[in-house]
Amino acid sequence: MAKLNINGRTRDVNVEADTPLLWAIREQVGLTGTKYGCGVAQCGACSVHINGEVRRSCSVPVSTVKPTDKIVTIEGLSRNSSHPVQKAWLEVDVPQCGYCQSGQLMAAAALLKKNPNPSDKDIDEAMTNICRCGTYQRIRAAVHMAADMAKAKA
Amino acid sequence: MKNRKQAAPANASRRKFIISTAAAGGGLAVGFNLPFANAATKAAAPGAEVNAWVVINPDNTCVIRIARSEMGQGTETGLAQLVAEELECGWKNVRTEFVTPGNNLARKRVWGEMGTGGSRGIRTSEDYVRRGGAIARLMLLQAAADEWKVPVGELTVADGVITHAASKRSTTYGKVAAAAAKLTPPDAKSIKLKDPRTWTVAGQPIKRIGTPTRLDGSLVYAIDLKLPGMLNAAIKACPVFGGKLVSFDESSIAKMPGIKRAVRVNDYTVAVVADTWWHAKKGLEALKMVWDEGPNASQSSATIAERLKEGLTATTNVFAFRNEGDAPKAIEGAAKKVEAVYTTPFVPHITMEPMNCTARITADKAEVWVATQNAEASLAALSEQSGLPLDKCEVYKHVLGGGFGRRGGPQDYVRQAVDIAKQFPGIPVKMIWSREEDMTHDFYRPISQCKLTAGLDADNKLVGLHVRVSGQSINAWVNPSAIPDGYKDDRQLQGWDYKPGDAQLGYSVPNLRIEYAMRNTHVPVGAWRGVNTNQNGLYMECFIEEVARAAGVDSLEFRRGMMAKFPKHLGVLNAVAEKGDWGKPLPPGVFRGIAQFMGYGSYSAATAEVSVSPTGEVKVHRMVLGVNPGHAVNPHQIAAQIEGGAVMGLSALMFEELTVENGRIKQDNFHAYPVMRLAQMPKIETVIVPTFDFWGGIGEPTICVVRPAVMNAIFAATGKPVRAEPLKNAKYV
Repeated sequence: MAKLNINGRTRDVNVEADTPLLWAIREQVGLTGTKYGCGVAQCGACSVHINGEVRRSCSVPVSTVKPTDKIVTIEGLSRNSSHPVQKAWLEVDVPQCGYCQSGQLMAAAALLKKNPNPSDKDIDEAMTNICRCGTYQRIRAAVHMAADMAKAKA
Repeated sequence: MKNRKQAAPANASRRKFIISTAAAGGGLAVGFNLPFANAATKAAAPGAEVNAWVVINPDNTCVIRIARSEMGQGTETGLAQLVAEELECGWKNVRTEFVTPGNNLARKRVWGEMGTGGSRGIRTSEDYVRRGGAIARLMLLQAAADEWKVPVGELTVADGVITHAASKRSTTYGKVAAAAAKLTPPDAKSIKLKDPRTWTVAGQPIKRIGTPTRLDGSLVYAIDLKLPGMLNAAIKACPVFGGKLVSFDESSIAKMPGIKRAVRVNDYTVAVVADTWWHAKKGLEALKMVWDEGPNASQSSATIAERLKEGLTATTNVFAFRNEGDAPKAIEGAAKKVEAVYTTPFVPHITMEPMNCTARITADKAEVWVATQNAEASLAALSEQSGLPLDKCEVYKHVLGGGFGRRGGPQDYVRQAVDIAKQFPGIPVKMIWSREEDMTHDFYRPISQCKLTAGLDADNKLVGLHVRVSGQSINAWVNPSAIPDGYKDDRQLQGWDYKPGDAQLGYSVPNLRIEYAMRNTHVPVGAWRGVNTNQNGLYMECFIEEVARAAGVDSLEFRRGMMAKFPKHLGVLNAVAEKGDWGKPLPPGVFRGIAQFMGYGSYSAATAEVSVSPTGEVKVHRMVLGVNPGHAVNPHQIAAQIEGGAVMGLSALMFEELTVENGRIKQDNFHAYPVMRLAQMPKIETVIVPTFDFWGGIGEPTICVVRPAVMNAIFAATGKPVRAEPLKNAKYV
């Protein structure tokens, strides 16, 4: 039994201590926007925010997450897809199959929070999630656009 | 085709199924069963079905039915554009709905073929979907004309609003749809379709349908499905292909949390079923199992390479696909001779959504929820495996988290899910493969080697070309009866065709021999985005580069000199050369390569700008990729497919290689099998040059020119050809 703070709500999850956060989120809490892609923290499809840091939830045991840790999943990234990365992703028409995009969006949002004006090199270093459809060019363009949107708003 | 009154019996073969689906049905209930359609595609209200393709709702929204699968390639959007273009309903009013194969069967296959592979989604359905849209428009107009008692010719329509200018009356599709649905449709053959040059909806760079649900986590992929009482299954097949499952000890995991049972799936596969998938996976990892790995356990990459190498010079069981003039003699008598051997490895698809399928089987109903490129093949597999007739089966399609050829013909994952669910009657069981299972039990891009020999005359013209491919046949694995005499498999020579239209070689060579030596392995193979154009485009275009350099002629000019009879190949090559600044100066250390090839009915070409650092690090800076698909239904989505194909091609070129050790695939996840990430992404520019006189594919054609363009640029940079994929193994310095 563990308490998890997910998207601002406290959830009781009945799992063994070594259960990865990913599977607690998907199978106990029932939020399926966070995806399974590899289970070994390589592909990033399972990316969530924990206290504002992007983490690969497939490799975060539930036992290491405190009840006070603030977990945000794609479902909690914004109201009505209003986060600049979601708006930019829509504008650039980034997704193809879309399966990896929850993780890409969470990685991009975390990048922009730390670095509101990332260079191409910064994007190269931060955006390491795998997209097999090959949307990388549009992801890069959308990260820049989201940065511009956030600046215009500020 | 024989007319049958009943659906095919249980255990129907695929062939029987295809026959029966063309004619079966009649009294079966019709109705769309889309319990998990996402918000963006859900119909707003019960509307009037004007015809099979078009349902008009009272609020004037138009539901366009889509029979093909959507896996990110944009076919859903393109097909809707084609229907909407003829329907004149206004793009803002368009909604889409996916057809199920059970309904297609029940309605005598009114939606035609559902298979989505071979870049056929649009090009082999464009005619009947456009006619479907046009027929619906005519029926809606006729209904308004009947109501107003005016000649239909006096009506105009725009964005679903019908107007009679003379009497200043107007109405909407939504208002006349119920009356239109009762009219007899006009003869499809009598319809005059619009000239594509006048399109205003099709042909436009419209954004993809369904994107918002891919940005907020709300799209329900098959892997996300939740059903009441559902169990979860994790699965493991014998690591060695062809091996058997001897036994497993269910008691070894009985006390683990959430475990229901361990079950035998088939001769070589075991599954653990539990309350959650995480519990099932943990149980599977702990389950004691005994395999009989069989004789294939002695196979390795080295034994396979030896077998292929023998095929390069074999003299028996060699299929001469093309034999014009006398290539060996011309080469022997040539002023200059060039020879090279190229190799390409096994590669996996790795869809980001691993294989999965949910099945529920009762005594009189079999259902699966699945991501599939071929819903009718899924239905046939469900029927065969469940033992229930086709009309007791249904497949609920989910949009795919990637396809690339993996989710087409081989419906292995559907069969497995059914075999598990049969052991839990009435309970839905969701089977998910781990990434490790996915990478080690794929139907891989086949391994091959290619020996090419060319002769140049004293004027440095190519007088003879001899190509020998030795490698594994996809047909031998999936459909051996398609291979004449057991070895004459022309599919493996895709891209070297004489005949125009699909995968034609774009060069005139006076003496030409193209041969195939089938050398099969125990490793399963199948269609991988671009299929055999991947290897063949690489072999041919890299070797032509070697020959051009031996001739001392510019790479583009050398190709042009052989292309006078192939104006479409030449057209796209020229367009790419121009946009790619061929012949213009580059920054120091950056070099260009070029390539052209044809597959899937479309013509492709590419340039690449590449540098190789003193330590041997290859960087691709910019690529220009061009395609002539005949008609460009959505230039924006075409560009997305070209970019995506470039990534898959570059990923394979730079990093990807599966090796075989002790009969099994050695690499089982991304830590051992790197793929391309954003940091390696070059700038991709696309050139779309439609000639409006044919219908070609889009998802696959351009992938075949990606690698040779880059490899030829490396040759330009280093002065040495690269002859083996992937580049991570290459030594440049």
